[in-house]
Amino acid sequence: MNRGTEVAVQERPTHTPTKTRAPEPLPLSPAVDIFEDATGITLFVDMPGVSKDRLDVRVEADRLFLEGRAAIEVPEGFVLYHAEVRESAYRRSFVLGPELDTDAIEANLKDGVLTLRIPRLQKACPRRIEIKTSTS
Amino acid sequence: MNLPFFATDFSRDFDAVRSQMDEMFRNLGLPSNLRSFNRGTFPALNVGGTDETIEVVMFAPGVDPANLQVTIDKGLLSVSGERQRPELPERDVVTVYAEERPAGKFRRIVELPQEADPDRVEAHYKDGCLRVSVHKRESSKPRLVQVQ
Repeated sequence: MNRGTEVAVQERPTHTPTKTRAPEPLPLSPAVDIFEDATGITLFVDMPGVSKDRLDVRVEADRLFLEGRAAIEVPEGFVLYHAEVRESAYRRSFVLGPELDTDAIEANLKDGVLTLRIPRLQKACPRRIEIKTSTS
Repeated sequence: MNLPFFATDFSRDFDAVRSQMDEMFRNLGLPSNLRSFNRGTFPALNVGGTDETIEVVMFAPGVDPANLQVTIDKGLLSVSGERQRPELPERDVVTVYAEERPAGKFRRIVELPQEADPDRVEAHYKDGCLRVSVHKRESSKPRLVQVQ
């Protein structure tokens, strides 16, 4: 990726320290499982370290946003030696289809796994049409 | 057939670039392929410590704590367990759009430093994270020697 900010800062002919905002850390994209059946979609999202109060699930227009922040209790004087997970923020979004009922989304968080159930609108559910036969 | 091309550093470099690109796009929050998978091992772990303890945190969401085995043998901390596939109610046809979450049996081993005391270990599972705290031996702690 091309981050050209360093050059731009150096070229400035000023000796006063320039205020550079620390770049916002990129959030992690959590792994998901997505299953669809006739009555709706079920999503499973891995968000280890996220508790209910640090999780935000919201729908804006046709978009579903999942955001969470992991926090792990550490004792005082803690120093990190080795990190495979370097970020604590999770973010992912999906586009919802018009056939889904966004008012009836159910969210459940257990052991760091968020389960979302997005039902289809009643009128979008498949239904069988009864066939009448006229006898006589 | 001999295929030396695939054993060269070139292909390895190519793989590295690809996985880096993958990671970059995933982390950017851009719409990445739903069928792409995490290349990392499961569970990911972070290791840190204080003057008193060594802390190992494993990110293992959705694992039944009863299925987790934490053992210490000859200075090796081993954590094994199994993660079940999500149970879906038996409905009609189910379409799978993404299966990125790893499932099945796993094991990860961490070599502990010399000063780790295998008799004083605590493990807690919370919010999908397993935290193992291993105390350091009393004898390994820094101490002040009185001059007589």
